[in-house]
Amino acid sequence: MAARETDAAQMTTTELVRRSLAGGGVNLRSLAFEGVLTVALLVALGILAWLLAVIAIGGLPVFFERGLDFLTSDLSSNPDRAGVAQGIAGSLMLMGFVVIVSFPLGIGAAIYLEEYARDTWSTRLINTIVRNLAGVPSIVYGLLGLAVFVVALRELTGPGNAQGQSLISGGLTMAILVLPIVIITAAEALRAVPASIREAGFGVGATRWEVVRSHVVPYAAPGILTGTILAVARAFGETAPLIMVGAVVGGLSTSYEGVIETIQGRYTALPTTVYDWARKPADFAANTYAAIIVLLVVLLAVNALAIVLRNRLERRW
Amino acid sequence: MVTLAPVDPGDPMLNASGGAAGAEGLRIRLMSEETAARAAARETASDEVIFDLRELSCFYGSFRAVREINLQISKGMITAIIGPSGCGKSTLLRSLNRMNDLIPTAHTTGEALYRGVNLYDPAVDPVEVRRRIGMVFQKPNPFPKSIYDNVAFGPRIAGFRGDMDDLVEGSLRRAALWDEVKDKLRSPGTALSGGQQQRLCIARAIAVEPDVILMDEPCSALDPLATLRIEELMQELKQNYTIVIVTHNMQQAARVSDVTAFLSMGTDRAGYLVEVAATEQIFTRPEHKLTEDYITGRFG
Repeated sequence: MAARETDAAQMTTTELVRRSLAGGGVNLRSLAFEGVLTVALLVALGILAWLLAVIAIGGLPVFFERGLDFLTSDLSSNPDRAGVAQGIAGSLMLMGFVVIVSFPLGIGAAIYLEEYARDTWSTRLINTIVRNLAGVPSIVYGLLGLAVFVVALRELTGPGNAQGQSLISGGLTMAILVLPIVIITAAEALRAVPASIREAGFGVGATRWEVVRSHVVPYAAPGILTGTILAVARAFGETAPLIMVGAVVGGLSTSYEGVIETIQGRYTALPTTVYDWARKPADFAANTYAAIIVLLVVLLAVNALAIVLRNRLERRW
Repeated sequence: MVTLAPVDPGDPMLNASGGAAGAEGLRIRLMSEETAARAAARETASDEVIFDLRELSCFYGSFRAVREINLQISKGMITAIIGPSGCGKSTLLRSLNRMNDLIPTAHTTGEALYRGVNLYDPAVDPVEVRRRIGMVFQKPNPFPKSIYDNVAFGPRIAGFRGDMDDLVEGSLRRAALWDEVKDKLRSPGTALSGGQQQRLCIARAIAVEPDVILMDEPCSALDPLATLRIEELMQELKQNYTIVIVTHNMQQAARVSDVTAFLSMGTDRAGYLVEVAATEQIFTRPEHKLTEDYITGRFG
């Protein structure tokens, strides 16, 4: 009898716990919030997909009809013969300037700021300025390039008929545009090398130069590399500053003579070509889409390269 | 530029250095309380002073981390620095090879004589100091390079011209690591276990033939077995090197060291030297109440 009572008491306790643990049904607020978030995601993805679809539908026929001819043809007023060869060549040469000018300067500046500079108010000021420069709208760099390279240094950058609006002016402008980004990414990669590694180097009697050269920079190299590749990709897609410093929109003579003549001569770039064709009559529409496809493919490839390099080379401390 | 003398006990210049009388003083103080056997062992070990700290204070900015230390460290011995957390043990140790110079706000006052030369003399090059006074750190920090390159880096930058393979092998042997790594010298040092990494760091330190090895809690990141191996290794290294070890582990200090210095923290949060004596004496008959309280676990 007594045992049964305990059993009954046990039952009620279990039942009470079961009830208190049971879910309170559907939580409408939580469901509504989840719905809003999903809609936000779908809208963002939808716009992107729509954009890509429009570009693909508009541009892919050009490749089906003309194949690689579109990539190897020069600019032309005839939409059936116009191609992006000069745009690709110009963009690649601009990248060359970016690599040659901004990589040594940017990486050097980062090494100085991270490894050599003492932590004074002036160092902190410089760091702040560099961070802010990375956020300055690119058109401002275009203005700088126009004032300095196109106008003030005209005798050096383009004494001929380019009137300063030359490949070297554009390249230097782009290099300065990405310089803060290169400095920031390189500095972050250097900072990721733990202090204990530096101490280990100093501990066996290495000078700062030996520690930096043999340890810090090699270990930071993968991070520096991916950061700088992304900086190049940024420069590849920039349009506004190039229009400012006079990348050719329209026809371009193809008479390249020598290195000096080429870099002091007029030029165009892939995004500039897109910009130009987009303003032309409707018969250039397909070409415009096709050029955008080329631009996007190159950018995707460069970013993918950066990601692959990062995953393969990056070190975990 | 002041040239730091190479390691040569027969060098008359060294024996004439100002620290000799002080070393004698310490020795006599130690002698009075020691067993004859230990004294005899010490007699053969050394009567030479390697470090002679005079009123040495270390600062970080305006904060004084270590206050007016007077301490002598003798050749061929293991000197342990013990004390509660934050009392400046590591700071004191790192002031002995000018590692603190790497912290921008750090500076020192007083003198740290190494074989009679003040390490903080403006003419002394900290890089040269660190070649003679090596360091093993709290957390094993091998370079992310091959085992071979970890050991060879120091000699290479020092301009070593001999047979590098021999030197690497010898250093790894002396660090009791050779047998475990001889077949994988080209694999990365970071792939070793924690205890092996720490022995690799010791091999790296002794590859440049230092005079002194400073160890900053070298076993705090290791398991008991790996700790034991390092402690055994220290006893062997003692034959050739003077060792100064910072440890928060009192049993370790008691096991491995010949001399123990006890630091405590003053009301101004600056570490100061309470007492230094033969390890046996510190752990059995400390002179100061504070030392006794610390070693018996009443504080710290």
